[in-house]
Amino acid sequence: MITVEPGLAAGHGETLAVEGVSVRLGGREVLHDVRFTIRAGEFTGLIGSNGAGKTTLLRVILGLQKPTTGQVRISGAARGRRHAGVGYVPQKIELDPDMPLRARDLVGLGIDGHRFGIPLPSRSRRALVDEMLHAVGAADFADARVGTLSGGEQQRVMIAHALVSEPRLLLLDEPLANLDIRSEQEIVSLLARISKERGIAVLISAHEINPLLPVMDRVVYMAAGRAASGTTDEVVQPEVLTRLYGHHVDVIHLHGRVLVVAGRGDEPAIGPRDDTHVLHEEPNPDAAADSR
Amino acid sequence: MNSVLQAIFEPGFFTSFPVRMALLAGGMAALVSGIVGTFTVLRGQSYAGHALADISVTGGAASYLAGITPLWGFAGVGVAAAAAMDLIGVQRRRGRDLATGVVRGAGLGLAALFLYWGATTTSTTGATVTVLFGSIFTISAATAAVAAVFAVIALGIVAVLYRPLLLGSASPDLAFARGIPVRATGALCLVAMALAVSLSALTIGAILSTALLVGPAATAMRLTSKPGLTVALSAVIGLAATWIGVLLAYDSYYWPPTHHGWPVSFLVVALVVLFYLLAQFVVPHPPGTRRGRDATRLPAALPSEAGA
Repeated sequence: MITVEPGLAAGHGETLAVEGVSVRLGGREVLHDVRFTIRAGEFTGLIGSNGAGKTTLLRVILGLQKPTTGQVRISGAARGRRHAGVGYVPQKIELDPDMPLRARDLVGLGIDGHRFGIPLPSRSRRALVDEMLHAVGAADFADARVGTLSGGEQQRVMIAHALVSEPRLLLLDEPLANLDIRSEQEIVSLLARISKERGIAVLISAHEINPLLPVMDRVVYMAAGRAASGTTDEVVQPEVLTRLYGHHVDVIHLHGRVLVVAGRGDEPAIGPRDDTHVLHEEPNPDAAADSR
Repeated sequence: MNSVLQAIFEPGFFTSFPVRMALLAGGMAALVSGIVGTFTVLRGQSYAGHALADISVTGGAASYLAGITPLWGFAGVGVAAAAAMDLIGVQRRRGRDLATGVVRGAGLGLAALFLYWGATTTSTTGATVTVLFGSIFTISAATAAVAAVFAVIALGIVAVLYRPLLLGSASPDLAFARGIPVRATGALCLVAMALAVSLSALTIGAILSTALLVGPAATAMRLTSKPGLTVALSAVIGLAATWIGVLLAYDSYYWPPTHHGWPVSFLVVALVVLFYLLAQFVVPHPPGTRRGRDATRLPAALPSEAGA
């Protein structure tokens, strides 16, 4: 690489650019022409239900899945095989409670887990691990075995694991699944703070848009392998989402939250600006009775 | 003082060639099994280790028929079985017990055939006893040399892959994301496991080798929550069980009921189990599993109570 300071260049351009990515798996199109960008310090939600293509998209960004067409650029460079400034946080740790791996060990593996050989204890390594555990509010359970930690605690430790390698982009795969409401809010505000303080681009996948609404800069909304992206106000609109789903949906605003509700389900799929017809018909229960 | 030492170490213990070979080969087997076994337990592959032990019976029996030292058979068939398990999918968390079970069944079927042939051609059950329960007191210097080579290979694999294996045990996805070739490192770990099992099969027997693989590691992780220290403790515990077992077996020549000595395999495994039970008793709450605060504590006043 010729660039002397890639981080500096990224400050002006996009940290992540997904450019027309399509993925075909076993004859089925799992992703169709997905395109969006994330800048440094931006917090982006990747919203969609099961099977919408969120995980496949994250795998493409991570370099674990080759796109059929299109490409992913990270800080301007095409995605290579090796991880380049990308931190990843999976949903949970797969260790039983009695396994001898402490929170601080997992964070330490964030520094040098990919290296060969046995690590030598070092003061600076330990200081860095302690600092990271502090930054994510995990100092209290630094010496606990990771398998004994709750879902929210595991998330904090894995975020520290990802952050310690100083990524420019942080990817989180459904971090809020299986969390109670309080842990959910704590993790979201922690991520928002990290994103702003460290200028890291955060892409977080979730089923539910509402927990992310207060902190989200941009949203990538996915349905059936297609994606719509922009600010929340731009994307979470009945017309946009109806086009995305290929099925009528309503967007209801309620005390600063949004509800995305499907249409009745028996009307034919409709195109853009065609929803007036449905809106007239839907509230009338008699019409539904007549059509039987 | 001297008489006490003489009572513990019966005359001739340190000068006997079989005993020295037993201490040497048994020590190597214990070290390798203790160290590799920690990763077997961490990666949740105890059943695969158990299956490798069963399958190594096939290799031992085949070597006996071919007239070579059983160690070659233990290791050769073990590594082949490890490769087969990897191909069928032992590294996937889902469905891997199935892969292991299929390979294990095939191996044990062949073992039954080979042991039968061995018994009918020699009209003795010598092969069966040697293969199943080990032959620590009849190890030749040449066999010990081969064992040393296997030990170095197994320990080398684990030493080089220490951190990637540790990370992969916490989450294969995390390891993938850091650019670690998870499949290849996992396959090499299986090879190390097969070699560890082959060494233990030689010393305390194929069917008992899992005890040295899993027992010391399970005991060590009761005593510490640090991964590095677990590996070291596991090795020490395995070594202690083996050496004390050899010593007791040597002394047991004068023990009741038969006055013909107790089998060393039994003594080693009994010590492994004894150490494990002692650890459970001495450390009821292993470090790192109980914290000063109560994680499940509810807020001081629930909204419903506050409103009432």
